[in-house]
Amino acid sequence: MTSLTHSAAHPVATQRERTLHPAPVATYVLLTAAGLVTLVPFAWVFLGAFRSTDEIRANPGSWIPTDPTFDNFVRLFRDNGFAGYLGNSLLVAAMMVLGNLIFASMAGYALAKLRFTGKKLVFGAVMAALMVPFAATFVPQFVVTVNLGLVDTLPGIALPTIVLPIAVFIMRQFAESVPDDLFEAARIDGAGELRIFVKIFLPLTGPALATQAIMTMLFSWNSFIWPLVVAQSDSTYTLPVGLAAASRQAHLTDYGLLLAGAVVVMLPVLVLFLLLQKYFIQGIAATGIK
Amino acid sequence: MALALIQEAAEPVRRRRRNGRGHNRVAWLFVAPFVVLFLVFTAGPVLLSLFMGFTDIHSSDLQTPFAVNLVGLANYAALFADPGFLRSILNTLYFVVIGVPLTAGIGLLLAIVLDTGINRLKGTFRVAFYAPVITNIVSVAIIWQYAFNVSGPINQALATIGLAGPNWLGDERLAMPVVILLGVWHNFGTAMVLFLAGLQTVPADVYEAASLDGAGSWRKLRSITIPMLRPTTLLVSVLITVFYLQVFDEPYLVTDGGPLGSTQSMALYTYHKFGFGDYGMASASSYVLVVVVAVFSVIQFRSLRSKV
Repeated sequence: MTSLTHSAAHPVATQRERTLHPAPVATYVLLTAAGLVTLVPFAWVFLGAFRSTDEIRANPGSWIPTDPTFDNFVRLFRDNGFAGYLGNSLLVAAMMVLGNLIFASMAGYALAKLRFTGKKLVFGAVMAALMVPFAATFVPQFVVTVNLGLVDTLPGIALPTIVLPIAVFIMRQFAESVPDDLFEAARIDGAGELRIFVKIFLPLTGPALATQAIMTMLFSWNSFIWPLVVAQSDSTYTLPVGLAAASRQAHLTDYGLLLAGAVVVMLPVLVLFLLLQKYFIQGIAATGIK
Repeated sequence: MALALIQEAAEPVRRRRRNGRGHNRVAWLFVAPFVVLFLVFTAGPVLLSLFMGFTDIHSSDLQTPFAVNLVGLANYAALFADPGFLRSILNTLYFVVIGVPLTAGIGLLLAIVLDTGINRLKGTFRVAFYAPVITNIVSVAIIWQYAFNVSGPINQALATIGLAGPNWLGDERLAMPVVILLGVWHNFGTAMVLFLAGLQTVPADVYEAASLDGAGSWRKLRSITIPMLRPTTLLVSVLITVFYLQVFDEPYLVTDGGPLGSTQSMALYTYHKFGFGDYGMASASSYVLVVVVAVFSVIQFRSLRSKV
């Protein structure tokens, strides 16, 4: 009797378990499938970069390097100018990150915490700058850059985005959340605005500055159309522009070289992302798609 | 009470002091770098672009952008008489109409599944789905060209099951779907993150109440999650629409607008005119795009405001 109820109860329990959790199995199958679709191209490029072009051409459907080689990377840096492109990308990113850390923070702070004539107008400019499509401005921006004597220079690539409206916006949002009392107290003590900004505001902004710096770095590293327009020669190409040029010159016949180039361009950001994903996700949630 | 009155009485004084001249000057110094760059690289160019669209400015006039001939609406007339431009409008709309629902739909599906379906490996999946967003588009385009090559891995895979793969990027009808697929693969993670943020705003007690009333997970999804996410869905759709209307990188890198202009977007058309040195036409075509984007941006702004 007891054994009967026991054996009868058992299937009921498993059945209930299954109806309670029918989702997880299907869910994990769905997620794993989607994850594979997402990650397969990465696997392809990372494995392909270590195969020689001859090997890829002989057997394009295969994945695993039969004879792994660093040759593609060597050719990239030794014969194809990627050392220079890498240096340019790093310099442009440094200029942009530094510029935004200083100037976007200042503007964001002023828009949140200072009162001045024309403040609404300036904030309107920030919103307008966020909405103007880039395709609408790159031709005249190029004309302006030529007339400033900055065409085909690294500062010319960095300058238009050295104070990003989205960075100003993020810093303003953050500054709004800091209580006024802190600044008022310092003002009563007779501290100047610049001193208040440097000594009181900036030390509070650690996480916001980190998010902002990472988003700016990402934006700079991946920006393509403006560097493509401004960089006119090999000596000012950033990594994406250099890789795009290489892909046009090679007409996609030197697969090994191009896949290695793709790895060099994507790897730094991927590594940073794995290390600092919290800031990335915060940044994208705050900025939308820009 | 008295303290509050004192503070209130003191308020105008403090306000007046803060509005003093010195304060104004400091504040303007703080915003000056942004304002100067905005005038030189955004407001100026928007006006300059409008002006250039009515001129015959070419690359040879670069040093003297104002010493050019006014040609009235000739550029715009030429633009709308150019089948290539009309096709670029249709291509752009094609990209938006197919790309936006796919990007938003996949993002929504994965966000819901991640948020409500599982506990384990949640972070891992989120990282995997977000990786394409931060990956450089030039690198991804190279993978795409390689994968969809006539003798590339995709056709090799099709061959193993006995199918003859088409020339994906050389076929007028197939090239655009491949380019759209790249855009969707590259951007669905953004939609997912925005939907995940939206899901956090749905209060948990609504679900608990529904569970007590005996609602199953499908019912909860249909009657709570989807309706509560409507503002987020609207926001995401409009954001991606405005983004995709300006699509440039994907078609430029994978097909350069070909074959036979079948993947040329409006932004790419502008870039090609710019490349030929015809800045007047480039400016005019970019202004058509401005108008289209402006319409959608107004919708975006409205929807954002109504959400708040």
